[in-house]
Amino acid sequence: MATATSSSTLVTGAALTASPNRQAPKPRPVMEFLSTYVFSKDHKVIGLQFLFSTLLWFLIGGLLALAVRWQIAWPWSDVPVLGKLFAQQGGQMAPEFYTMLFTMHATVMIFLVIIPILAGAFGNFLIPLMIGADDMAFPTLNMLSYWFMWPAFFFFGASFFVEGGAASSGWTSYPPLSTNVAAAPGSGLGQTLWLLGLTMVGVSSMLGSVNYMTTIILMRAPGMTMFRLPMTIWAMFITAVLQAFALPVLTAAGFMQLADRTIGTGFFSPEGNMVNNAMASTGGGQPLLWQHLFWFYSHPAVYIMILPAMGMVSDIMTCFARKPLFGYRPMVYSIAGIAGLGFIVWGHHMFISGMNPALGMTFMVSTMMIALPSAVKTFNWLGTVWGGRIQFTTAMLFALSFVSMFIIGGLSGIFMAATPVDIFIHDTYFIVAHFHYVLFAGTAMGVWAAIYFWFPKMFGRTMNEFWGKAHFFLTFIFLNGTFFTMHILGAVGFPRRLADAYHYETFHHLQPLNAFMTWCAIGMVASQIIFAINFFWSMFFGPIAGRNPWRANGLEWTAPSPPGHGNFDFQPVVYRGPYEYSVPGADKDYLMQTDPPNAAAAALAAAAH
Amino acid sequence: MGSRWTGIFWSFVFLAVPVLGVATFAVAPAFDIWLPKDVSSDGATIDSLFMFILILTGVVFVITEGLLFWFLWKYDAAKATGPATYVHGNHTLEVVWAVIPAGVLLFLAIYQMNTWANVKMRRPAMSPTLEVVGRQFEWRLRYPGRDGTLGTPDDLFLVNDLHVPVDEDILIQLKSMDVLHSFFLPNLRVKQDAVPGMKIPVWFKATQTGQFDIVCAELCGWGHYKMAGQITIESRKDFNAWLESMYAKQEATQPEPAAVALAE
Repeated sequence: MATATSSSTLVTGAALTASPNRQAPKPRPVMEFLSTYVFSKDHKVIGLQFLFSTLLWFLIGGLLALAVRWQIAWPWSDVPVLGKLFAQQGGQMAPEFYTMLFTMHATVMIFLVIIPILAGAFGNFLIPLMIGADDMAFPTLNMLSYWFMWPAFFFFGASFFVEGGAASSGWTSYPPLSTNVAAAPGSGLGQTLWLLGLTMVGVSSMLGSVNYMTTIILMRAPGMTMFRLPMTIWAMFITAVLQAFALPVLTAAGFMQLADRTIGTGFFSPEGNMVNNAMASTGGGQPLLWQHLFWFYSHPAVYIMILPAMGMVSDIMTCFARKPLFGYRPMVYSIAGIAGLGFIVWGHHMFISGMNPALGMTFMVSTMMIALPSAVKTFNWLGTVWGGRIQFTTAMLFALSFVSMFIIGGLSGIFMAATPVDIFIHDTYFIVAHFHYVLFAGTAMGVWAAIYFWFPKMFGRTMNEFWGKAHFFLTFIFLNGTFFTMHILGAVGFPRRLADAYHYETFHHLQPLNAFMTWCAIGMVASQIIFAINFFWSMFFGPIAGRNPWRANGLEWTAPSPPGHGNFDFQPVVYRGPYEYSVPGADKDYLMQTDPPNAAAAALAAAAH
Repeated sequence: MGSRWTGIFWSFVFLAVPVLGVATFAVAPAFDIWLPKDVSSDGATIDSLFMFILILTGVVFVITEGLLFWFLWKYDAAKATGPATYVHGNHTLEVVWAVIPAGVLLFLAIYQMNTWANVKMRRPAMSPTLEVVGRQFEWRLRYPGRDGTLGTPDDLFLVNDLHVPVDEDILIQLKSMDVLHSFFLPNLRVKQDAVPGMKIPVWFKATQTGQFDIVCAELCGWGHYKMAGQITIESRKDFNAWLESMYAKQEATQPEPAAVALAE
């Protein structure tokens, strides 16, 4: 048993390393509580802070989505609860309220859920544990990266309650709608707060990114070469690089838009631009400039929102297929390929924006090519399952569904990459289907896989498998009911962001389908109650997990569950890659990264202690 | 839950994805939830490209999802005997499944270039049929007057009621007065953003007469949903008659063009 080996090592190790820290004077209880649970510099606590915050915002984002869906299914009918909460037109939703809802749904989901839950929660929790480090390279920066989220929480949250409401020019915030204060009710203070919130999220991401890169490069345990890193770490590393290079552009663009709005610059407003009888103070700008700058960040951001999930899913799938990852190096190279190509495809968001159509053609070619590394990854995941011994745990089901759903999201991307087809389906529900398959059916399912998988390491207890599977089954059914139908809705040309499209001859017959989708969306959100109860119940009453409940290979499974401050109670030394499952001749079907090379070496190691 | 039925159940859940997925696309046209009627000369190429990609991705979809089901079914730990296959990959396979998709994607990229060039780059050599200006929340239309040139005092101004002759090249000069809009004609497979400060050419040729929707497809504010217009495609004769009646209506309410010094 690996646990037996490591626990015998740990006693001596802990006694040696932990003793100097014990000499420190004991702080007062309140201060101790604050420094342990609130202003903690421990990467695990910070990771969990990110996890709880983002899950809470996930709930808010989901409820915003339900309100959007309500309006699409039954336009202008009284909205339950919301009508009473925001008294307007006797329970009816105002069209400007609708534009605010979908803007904030996307904003919350992208900037306060997906990006921080992947990099912030799992990046923080997993990176030091999986590379065998005692913490991040810069613990204080790490703490700040979490606390910089709070101004963002405040700005985005408060913007709902200012005059005119929260930002309502879409999460893409295209000028002049977003820069001209008179353009929309939400283009007032709400939009300014939105830009401030975005900047704070950017600061947080940048602090995290610097930290992750440094930690992964410098703090790997002895023997942990780059090509022995688990896919999760590779994905987090490349994501951090992406963040570091792309984010400054968005931050700069955000400040330019802020300046356009507040001090009268004219980066994005053309000469003499009048909106709703209000003149932009200066002209000479170009609305397309914002789109270029925005997508120069936000396209790589799409990969920031999926690559870590791809990495985590790869680790989970190998563990429950009891089989080495198929094509480790091609998997690493394809992540790098996606990241590299990710910088030269931003123009595919702008095929019909008025950008030079010749430029559209070059972006089309690079976009077609970025489908290739995604295809390679998919084939390698299938190769991993092939010949395995599959254990249908909840984490595995979510990981498998990631692959199954990512195939859909990947293939539907090809339609949009084809420029002539994009003319028709651009800004319709086809694209809404596409990115929900990538971000919800892909990333969110990957995140659930990761939660079920690493929950024992986070809290020392396992989640309930039966209710986990019930949660998976219902989510899986309802998500496809909600999102798959969007493809055919998009084929009709049904445009997104319309408060009521049924007055158009072309779309008037689509209400029943939309009602069906909304019922599925309600079911999907309701299914999360199972998850919430399971999550909190298991945290306190779940079965005790032990160090390695899944019999997995990674370094994190050699640490106690949950690991104490400093993570490892012994110095981990790495002998092999993370995917040595079902090795012929081994006495068990997994070989942990820390297991000494052979029995003779093991005996030697034991004798040394 | 550890019985072999567990694996069978979950395999079939994953099999439902390709089965119901293909079924959705197969059934949708019967409910008229499909590409709207196409009445343009370029629409057929765009639609056939859509169908081509649909079939191509459909085949890949069925094969990959089918393989996933098959592997889940076959390699269920509760059913399969012996240890898992200890293999770290296969170089030949990696090359094969990188080169084949690369070839297909490259083919697809080159194959569609001509269509894109036709609809967005090879502008017909003619003066604009009319100017369309997006404004919160309406489509302002400006036809040249009897002199045939845009920007003269006899221009005809209309809102939301676009008329074009059938079987003729139509060249629209697209502008925006305030924020971004997108000029979307679903039945003509035309979509182009209108950008303040830019004049963007849009062209198409209608092949059938009838009345169809003009939709705004780029968020332009709270009233975005109601920024609707109508395009009437009619014979040259009907178009001329309509244009004549509009001229007459305008001339009845304004002085002779020569009397107006204002020129824009």
